Amino acid sequence: MSRGKIRAKLRQERLRWSKLYTFNCARSNAEPADATEPFNGLQGPGFSRTVRCNQPGLHGRKPLSYPSNYISTTKYNIITFFPKAIFEQFRRVANVYFLLAAILSLTPIAPFSAVSMIAPLAFVVGLSMAKEAMEDWSRFMQDMKVNKRKVSTHKGNGIFGYRQWHKILVGDVVKVEKDQFFPADLLLLSSSYEDGICYVETMNLDGETNLKVKRAMDATLPLEDDMAFKDFNATIRCEDPNPSLYTFVGNLEYEKQVYPLDPSQILLRDSKLRNTSYIYGVVIFTGHDSKVMQNSTESPSKRSSIESKMDSIIYVLFTLLVLISMISSIGFAVYTKYGMPHWWYLQPKNASSLYSPSMPALSGIFHFVTALILYGYLIPISLYVSIEVVKVLQAMFINQDIQMYDEESGKPAHARTSNLNEELGQVDTILSDKTGTLTCNQMDFLKCSIAGVSYGVGSSEVEIAAAKHIASEISGSPGHNCFQADYWDKKDDKSSVIELESGVTCRIEKDSKTKINGFSFKDDRLLEGNWTKELNPGTLLMFFRILAVCHTAIPEVDEETGSVTYEAESPDEGAFLIAAREFGFEFYRRTQASVFVRESYPNPSEREFKILNLLEFSSKRKRMTVIVQDESGQIILLCKGADSMIFDRLSKNGKIYEADTMKHLNEYGEAGLRTLALAYKMLDESEYSTWNAEFLRAKTTIGPDRDAQLEQVVDTMERELVLVGATAVEDKLQKGVPQCIDKLAQAGLKIWVLTGDKMETAINIGFACSLLRQGMKQISISTMNTDFLNQDAKKAIQDNILLQITNASQMIKLEKDPHAAFALIIDGKALSYALEDDLKHHFLGLAVDCASVICCRVSPKQKALVTRLVKEGTGKITLAVGDGANDVGMIQEADIGVGISGVEGMQAVMASDFSVAQFRCLERLLVVHGHWCYKRIAQMVCYFFYKNIAFGLTLFYFEAYTGFSGQSVYEDWYMILFNVILTSLPVISLGVFEQDVPSDVCLQFPALYQQGPKNLFFDWRRIMAWMANGLYSSLIVFFINIGIFRAQAFRSDGQTADMAAMGTVMFTCIIWAVNMQISLTMSHFTWMQHLFVWGSIATWYLFLFGYGFMSPVISGNAFHVLSESLGPAPIYWMTTFAITVACNVPYFAHLSYQRLFHPLDHHVIQEIKGLRKDLMDEHMWTRERSKARQETKIGFTARVDAKIRHLKGKLQRKVSSLGGISSMAS
Amino acid sequence: MMSSTSSAAAGPISDAGSGPDARRNSKRPKYSRFTQQELPACKPILTPQWVISIFTLVGIIFVPIGVAALLASHDVVEIVDRYETACVPSNMADNKIGYIQNPNISKACTRVLKVTKDMDKPIYVYYQLDNFYQNHRRYVKSRNDQQLRDKSKANETSGCDPEKTTSDGTPIVPCGLIAWSLFNDTYSFTRGNGEALTVNKKDISWKSDRDHKFGSDVFPKNFQNGGLVGGGKLDPKIPLSEQEDLIVWMRTAALPTFRKLYGRIEVDLKENDTITVVLENNYNTYSFGGKKKLVLSTTSWLGGKNDFLGIAYISIGGVCFFLATLFTVVYLVKPRKLGDPSYLSWNNNRGTQ
Repeated sequence: MSRGKIRAKLRQERLRWSKLYTFNCARSNAEPADATEPFNGLQGPGFSRTVRCNQPGLHGRKPLSYPSNYISTTKYNIITFFPKAIFEQFRRVANVYFLLAAILSLTPIAPFSAVSMIAPLAFVVGLSMAKEAMEDWSRFMQDMKVNKRKVSTHKGNGIFGYRQWHKILVGDVVKVEKDQFFPADLLLLSSSYEDGICYVETMNLDGETNLKVKRAMDATLPLEDDMAFKDFNATIRCEDPNPSLYTFVGNLEYEKQVYPLDPSQILLRDSKLRNTSYIYGVVIFTGHDSKVMQNSTESPSKRSSIESKMDSIIYVLFTLLVLISMISSIGFAVYTKYGMPHWWYLQPKNASSLYSPSMPALSGIFHFVTALILYGYLIPISLYVSIEVVKVLQAMFINQDIQMYDEESGKPAHARTSNLNEELGQVDTILSDKTGTLTCNQMDFLKCSIAGVSYGVGSSEVEIAAAKHIASEISGSPGHNCFQADYWDKKDDKSSVIELESGVTCRIEKDSKTKINGFSFKDDRLLEGNWTKELNPGTLLMFFRILAVCHTAIPEVDEETGSVTYEAESPDEGAFLIAAREFGFEFYRRTQASVFVRESYPNPSEREFKILNLLEFSSKRKRMTVIVQDESGQIILLCKGADSMIFDRLSKNGKIYEADTMKHLNEYGEAGLRTLALAYKMLDESEYSTWNAEFLRAKTTIGPDRDAQLEQVVDTMERELVLVGATAVEDKLQKGVPQCIDKLAQAGLKIWVLTGDKMETAINIGFACSLLRQGMKQISISTMNTDFLNQDAKKAIQDNILLQITNASQMIKLEKDPHAAFALIIDGKALSYALEDDLKHHFLGLAVDCASVICCRVSPKQKALVTRLVKEGTGKITLAVGDGANDVGMIQEADIGVGISGVEGMQAVMASDFSVAQFRCLERLLVVHGHWCYKRIAQMVCYFFYKNIAFGLTLFYFEAYTGFSGQSVYEDWYMILFNVILTSLPVISLGVFEQDVPSDVCLQFPALYQQGPKNLFFDWRRIMAWMANGLYSSLIVFFINIGIFRAQAFRSDGQTADMAAMGTVMFTCIIWAVNMQISLTMSHFTWMQHLFVWGSIATWYLFLFGYGFMSPVISGNAFHVLSESLGPAPIYWMTTFAITVACNVPYFAHLSYQRLFHPLDHHVIQEIKGLRKDLMDEHMWTRERSKARQETKIGFTARVDAKIRHLKGKLQRKVSSLGGISSMAS
Repeated sequence: MMSSTSSAAAGPISDAGSGPDARRNSKRPKYSRFTQQELPACKPILTPQWVISIFTLVGIIFVPIGVAALLASHDVVEIVDRYETACVPSNMADNKIGYIQNPNISKACTRVLKVTKDMDKPIYVYYQLDNFYQNHRRYVKSRNDQQLRDKSKANETSGCDPEKTTSDGTPIVPCGLIAWSLFNDTYSFTRGNGEALTVNKKDISWKSDRDHKFGSDVFPKNFQNGGLVGGGKLDPKIPLSEQEDLIVWMRTAALPTFRKLYGRIEVDLKENDTITVVLENNYNTYSFGGKKKLVLSTTSWLGGKNDFLGIAYISIGGVCFFLATLFTVVYLVKPRKLGDPSYLSWNNNRGTQ
């Protein structure tokens, strides 16, 4: 084909990458299978897909009819919306009840007019449906955004043009450019690299951040430019769409030959092309057929625990409702049978079956239905709608919170569903992803140890804070613990010099220079060429050279500025290269065989290192080696790797710095840094060539033991090394992560880290986040080495893990030191056993006892399983937070899923219930909004039941006075308005605006958060007390009214009270009583609450007045009731006053008693704030702030405490050993 | 003071100018005290002083009002005379229903009442029925307000079953069970000295009812013409708006025992006066065993005689006084300093450090 075409610029870039990769990427030289012998697996069911490349038109039609690339995650479309949404609505038991009531209200059975039943239901259902529609609309817009992305597609005759994603069809040839997402599942045909490899970032699929290499088949390599596709024609036969991300079975028929395909040629939708200018691919799976879409599960609808509890309350009330309806209907039957025949004024002989004395049982049954509707006020229809409204408003406040807005990504926090607001206030365990959530996947070169000397003065925050505290204590500042809460604040000091225990002087300065990305190293001894003046400049030089040469990165020179950036496979490598550049060893060019480095010191020069071999990094080898030849012909082996690997391979005289380096490595590790050890070895020409011959032989062996052989050969070379030093790279945490974890820990939350990364990395991050610390006992659970997996081995592993778990549990049980903390670290393989049915409870038991839990190398599915285990095993509320598609399972499984929206990729956010831009926003989301929302909803629901019981029961009492006939004492309109207007706005204002303490106090006193997980405000005792309060109010309202308006005149001009007057008085009393009650419940009155509470009462009078002036046909007996009969009667106002007070006395007394003698935390804080004590006695305030935290063993503060205990212990020992003076420490 | 994340410290003002990229900042929430939930608020705190003073204050207000209400109730003079048994001739005592349903027996009956205390005019005359379910749903619904009000709507009889139309289908005005069972006992009063006491039956109903609910051009039609005669009859020549007994009756009572205004005697009565009442005992309460009472009563500013309101006020006041004392005592015994941090949960659970 057109292989001969040369485009010079491109050629430069095109390196023969396969030469660099010695093992993993070694190409299998298997010949393409014979065309007559098709792959066997592709006949049966499940493997029926046929893709005719470059003929997209064929696939939309029969017999193939593959879907287009249009994706839709919406629940409804225009046609299905109404039936489906209505069906959804009536899945709520309460709504079905109201629907039945509404239908029955059309018959004469109903005690109310039909409109009074149908209108509220229509309103409630309509509102919920509107909300659904809104949410679905936003999903639709999201989909459209994705569908409208553009990709370059082959339009025929070798011309490519941009086309929207949703128009891509199966069989299309697309050209994807660097940093673009793949629009569908593609078969890789060729790439900008000559050998058809490309780099793919699959973070959205599995959360792994390292780049993966995909490679095209040799057969399709010639398809390397647009024109090549003019006549391109091939057929792919492969498996049907399925959700397995790591498998692919199929073959390609191209130019009359059949080639087998494997997963390494498949580019999955939602992964991203990296480090490669472009690729060509042919579309295999589109839209919902693509692997990632097949993987997506419909997000389960979640309900908060308060809401589920509310359901049980509804059931209680429903039982009560049925009970009183039964009483009522039995009473009615009895009255009808024995009383009604004598009540001539009802003309019993002409009565229909509803009132027939001859058929009392039938009438009773009819009446039962009537009663169910009549007492329906016990089950507040408006509760659902009010809660819905309140939650939407709460969500709006969450979205609007400026302090959860992230300036960098420009994203505010977003409550994607409003169902779970109050659940945020009850979280017990947080399960967090690591990469992208805790860390930003950016590495910073921070420290290094060369020749036994530690360089780099950036000191970890723990050390600084601990040192400060000790200093303040020694200098005699009063009080214990009193400045702990201020650690973070005090960092603002311009600079401070602290003598650390280790003798290292740390200088903290504010960053004045512009920071170089990936390089936070500060030490004048090495920078600006000063290293040449150090003791061992030779070793230093070697160190820098290893950094600059031993890697697989490619430099990219910006032609305008001449500055160099690096495309590295892992971010660590990038950080090394930047560090090397800053030290004066700038790697600027790579060719097939050489690496070019510009050295500035001691004399500026450009050096070329010929790369003889490159033994690349793998998780098993944990090291990387290059063998280079410098300009003088000297062959050098340069190696970097995990300390354990390197230290095992040192030569006798290579161990000079071993002890010092080891010490430094431990220090770095404790500070949460990622460490690597660097070593080298000088080689003789002859020594090398013997080895190389052997190596080449091993490499060309064909057979199953080729890899083992290779490894053995390589291993012989990587021995007898000379240690140079070690590097410490900071896996940069996101802003505010340690602080946030600290606060969350103080709020009593447990934090588990679930990461796909390897154990070492996870542990480093654990240290950096203060989830781990020195002195914490680490329980590490892992599997034995398992190369052969038969049934017995599996059993043996299980037993082994059980043993490890029970041993650890035993150890924890026997631990006496109250400060002892344990950390559980488990890897994915062990976890897969630990999550099996018979082990999981042991595992959970152990995990719960540990202060922190870190699971490494876990698959997305395991994340979800762990989440489920915690959720179901502990019965507590779990929150999962993650940023990638690999976290989706966990996010969906947890009670609350939080997605990090600051990064690219939307899967996690789409699946989440809340999205925040950064991990640190969780603090405010939980401690402030969660706390508020929990209390608001809890109080609101309690109050709702109170008010409806208070109102509903009066209807029942009145029944007893009407022969249980189902007559209500109130006008229909009063009852409609009761829930809809007269009492709804105050409740909503309670649910939206109530604050027990302001947000800054919430943050200062994280312990307040525990009120939620302990469920202080929504336990059955409290609910029952509120119900009893409702019962009491109903009794007071009804019977005092009956007593007052019995029979005699209620005015000085002699009129007696009729039903309308009495009903109106009672209703007025209820309105006053419940509104006063809610104002007692509130502790925070803005003008809104005042407006709503007093406005509701005023509205009632206004309504009554207006209603009375409507035509008597509408108002009936309520005509002029306020203006003429009740208004001028003093007894009306006096009754209202007396009953309002009487209804509220018990609650007020209870409130006062609790407040005065058993105050809760927020009461005391309110008082302190209210009396401005916090300003007058700042010392007390700070002290309490620092104490206001849960007993926790994780987090920064706990770590500082531990460090202080440690230092103090040391000090004490020193003092006592010096002279036995023990008085000082006490 | 803020120990929170750095963005918390950034605050609303400092960020105003930051962010070079305006498009990016379009998602930035707008700052307002409302959206940030920082509206100025009044946060009342229940201090012991407040609690005790509120209870005391309620007591101080309630007890005098209660006393005043009791006094008002005691000023009211009320004469109640139950007559439904006494007015049955002794020979019919065993067959009261037969007696009341027999139109040939005279229903006249004479009662003598004694005035126990001076009664100032106006003296209100009530009839009181007992065990009469005027609030029964079937009864309450059995009326049509449109028909009562509007001459042209005479055919509007929906809801009036079974007293809708006569047997030939012409509508009854006023229709329905309420009107049909109109109370029809009558009373006339003579003082001991033979002076007739006129009963003023004007303005015993609500003015609004007369003016707006019962039409001045609507006349009773076909009323009590059916086979079954319920209660009182109406003069077909008098418009409904002037049939005040009907208007009063149509205001259905809330409870099975109720009083309705019959008229006013606008003469002062003196203590020990005797009053002879000649009544027609027409209304059948015997079927359902209901009592009938004739009530003469004066009113106070609070209405008729009823101690309940006063007692309620005094008891509530009393309870509040009691609570005030209780809180005072408990507070003196076990005082708590306001805002005392030692009551915070973290200071209680952990013991001393």
